[in-house]
Amino acid sequence: MINFGFSISKPRAIDIDRNNLRKSSEITREMPELQSCIGCGSCTATCTAGNLTEFNFRKVHTLVRRGEYQGAYEEMNKCMLCGKCRLVCPRGINTRGVVMLIKRKLGDF
Amino acid sequence: MGYHTIVIGGGVAGMQCASELLRQGVAVTILEKESELGGKIRNWHKLFPTFTPAEEVLAELRSRLISSPNLAVRTGCEAAKIASDRVVLTSGEVLECDSVVVATGFTLFDAKVKEEYGYGIYDNVITSADLERMFNEGAVRLKSGVTPRRIAILHCVGSRDEKVCQRHCSKVCCVTGVKQAMELKRMFPGADIFNFYMDIRMFGPGYEEMYREAQVDYNVHFVRGRISEVSPTIDCRLQIKAEDTLTGRPLKMAVDMLVLLVGMKSNALNENLVAECGLKAQPSGFMQPRDSFLHNVESNREGIFYAGAVTAPKNVGESMNEGTAAARAVVEWLAKR
Amino acid sequence: MKRSSWTDYQKDIADDNYYYARSCIRQNFFPGSEKVFLDILSKDLGRDIYDDPLHTSCTGIGYHSDVVPLETIMTVVARQFALMSEAGYENFTSSCITSFGIYTELLATWEEFPELEERTRENLFKATGREFKVPKNLAHTSDVMFHHREEIARKAKRKLVNVYTGEPLKVVEHIGCHYAKIFPKKGIGGSEFPYVLAGMVESWGGEIVDYPERRHCCGFGFRNYLVQANRGYSIANSQRKLESMAPYKPDFIVCNCPGCSMFLDKWQYTLAEMEGTTYGQNGAGIPVLTYEEMAGLVLGYDPWELGMQMHQVDVEPLLDKMGVEYDPSAKYLGGDGKYIGRPESAIVNSCSQEVLYKMKK
Repeated sequence: MINFGFSISKPRAIDIDRNNLRKSSEITREMPELQSCIGCGSCTATCTAGNLTEFNFRKVHTLVRRGEYQGAYEEMNKCMLCGKCRLVCPRGINTRGVVMLIKRKLGDF
Repeated sequence: MGYHTIVIGGGVAGMQCASELLRQGVAVTILEKESELGGKIRNWHKLFPTFTPAEEVLAELRSRLISSPNLAVRTGCEAAKIASDRVVLTSGEVLECDSVVVATGFTLFDAKVKEEYGYGIYDNVITSADLERMFNEGAVRLKSGVTPRRIAILHCVGSRDEKVCQRHCSKVCCVTGVKQAMELKRMFPGADIFNFYMDIRMFGPGYEEMYREAQVDYNVHFVRGRISEVSPTIDCRLQIKAEDTLTGRPLKMAVDMLVLLVGMKSNALNENLVAECGLKAQPSGFMQPRDSFLHNVESNREGIFYAGAVTAPKNVGESMNEGTAAARAVVEWLAKR
Repeated sequence: MKRSSWTDYQKDIADDNYYYARSCIRQNFFPGSEKVFLDILSKDLGRDIYDDPLHTSCTGIGYHSDVVPLETIMTVVARQFALMSEAGYENFTSSCITSFGIYTELLATWEEFPELEERTRENLFKATGREFKVPKNLAHTSDVMFHHREEIARKAKRKLVNVYTGEPLKVVEHIGCHYAKIFPKKGIGGSEFPYVLAGMVESWGGEIVDYPERRHCCGFGFRNYLVQANRGYSIANSQRKLESMAPYKPDFIVCNCPGCSMFLDKWQYTLAEMEGTTYGQNGAGIPVLTYEEMAGLVLGYDPWELGMQMHQVDVEPLLDKMGVEYDPSAKYLGGDGKYIGRPESAIVNSCSQEVLYKMKK
């Protein structure tokens, strides 16, 4: 193999066909309310952890629903379970429950 | 009173307007370009948000019209020139009257214009109107005859789009997309449905609740992002590309079927209303009511009235309300004259 | 493919009397293409085309790499037009897609902002004493070839058909981004379903492959590939296209852009050497042709005269399928019959250099 001084970029696109959606369907089947997220971002706006780290609850659970599990468990570990996000969610999603569910389902990722 | 009003367009707005005028003793002639009354919803299956069969609404509207001796229905004819006291048909025939209601509705956006979606090129790219036809025929099938397992529904095709000179929001497509997703899910519970949207605009009573129901109870996936192009895959599916804007990443997938929620375009006949009849149109091409609040069913010309989607995208209920409102405005105007 | 809309995008293409503008880079990578274009036009089709030694680069590469300012490129383009007028021509045809994009863009700019055209006239006059007229007709050379495709089909010596199976050859067409993505109405078939190359392929007996990444850019991108550190995402675009087209087993790729044909050809070598991946049916690369080379083969030109020995991916498997007669041992002989050297063997090449070509040194 020849080294040309650069490496080939990997695709950034979420490829739904390559992703295994089994875990993601399990998660939405157990907590269908998660599908009602309208992406308002109030959870992230108020998040204790998200104001001090890169943690973005909205983005992580959306990625999980698309079958992008890599790093989701570690991200969810940043959650302090303070519950503020659940207070503000206009769709009434049990956000703490979502954190726990994703950690339980994706512990081995 | 002995008055005679010509209602141009026999869709829901025109039919409702005519029945209200008849009730108030005004003789009515409905001009309809198609072979029968009913307008666009003649080809529609069910209406949001209640899933009421369109035919049920039409049957009631027809029954309100049937019994009146003061009604003349002229199908298969179009108006070429309109004044408050006469309408000239494209055939050259002149019909005398005392006032005119223009209820000519809208034109469905031609999905072929958005070439990147391949409508008319790829077999399983269909429009929301095609899907309603399939619902009416009782079967939704791919061209190959098999049932679809993954379907994408794309919002805003021919709406909010500078590229096709359609800056306006067609208003009803969002809720239609949600309704169709739910109907498809009822038909194929195992199928995955993805709605690609820019904004979800649930403006009417019960619509937002329906959206939530689609998300939670029907497990319809909503992706905020507009599909940028459609291409074929080697196994005759369709590859779509969009951005999942809520995660900030491009997204692609293959689907079996793509439904394009085609928007409402101003009626092609409106140009003629402006050029030949002295009526005013808005920049969107829809006709301009005299005033948006106090005279919203009146035109800029005395004795010529509007009802329904001729002035803006509207749902069935709103169009029917305008039919009633226009009838009332006509009666008032005739009495005052 | 049902291309229902291509006829909506028609453009006027002059039938004769062309002023020819060459590309900066094509003569290095596909050296026979421009020559054969001139030959086909003048000898096979009997048209008048003028190859002017006075014209220069349009400076498009510099412009797109942010080193040539707009005013400069406008003046350079104005000079090309002045040369055309001086030579007595009105129909401008450029061999390069980027140049075509530049000419189209500047004509549109001048129409929109006449004061810029005025200033360009002043600049050109001050710098060179020349004056120019805008061309009556502007076309890319692939447009010109498309225009004459039926006449070429009538004079064809062979078709784009596999002589062993009688089946049409499967062809991937790739259109340069600046052909119609900037001004869709200036391209035959528009930007989504361009017909300029597809029309030639169909007229000459081949079949077009419509694959998922057909409309994707090859990744050339000027300032992107020019910087070594950026080449990773430049090459990734070609890789994405090649991966997407490979399952269709195309017999060859045809391009109308200097950069695309170079990239899709040379990057196959790079990908093979970096990752060991090849995309052709025989474990080697997919041959990449220019439309002039494709026309040349159809009209019976000798592949080595067309410059096809300069390709990265060997074209011999394609020549065999088309029933083209060629002398393997003449591959690396120049126009004067002298040995021009040969490349080292690479993963992407199907022909063993050692065995096939006993060089006549």
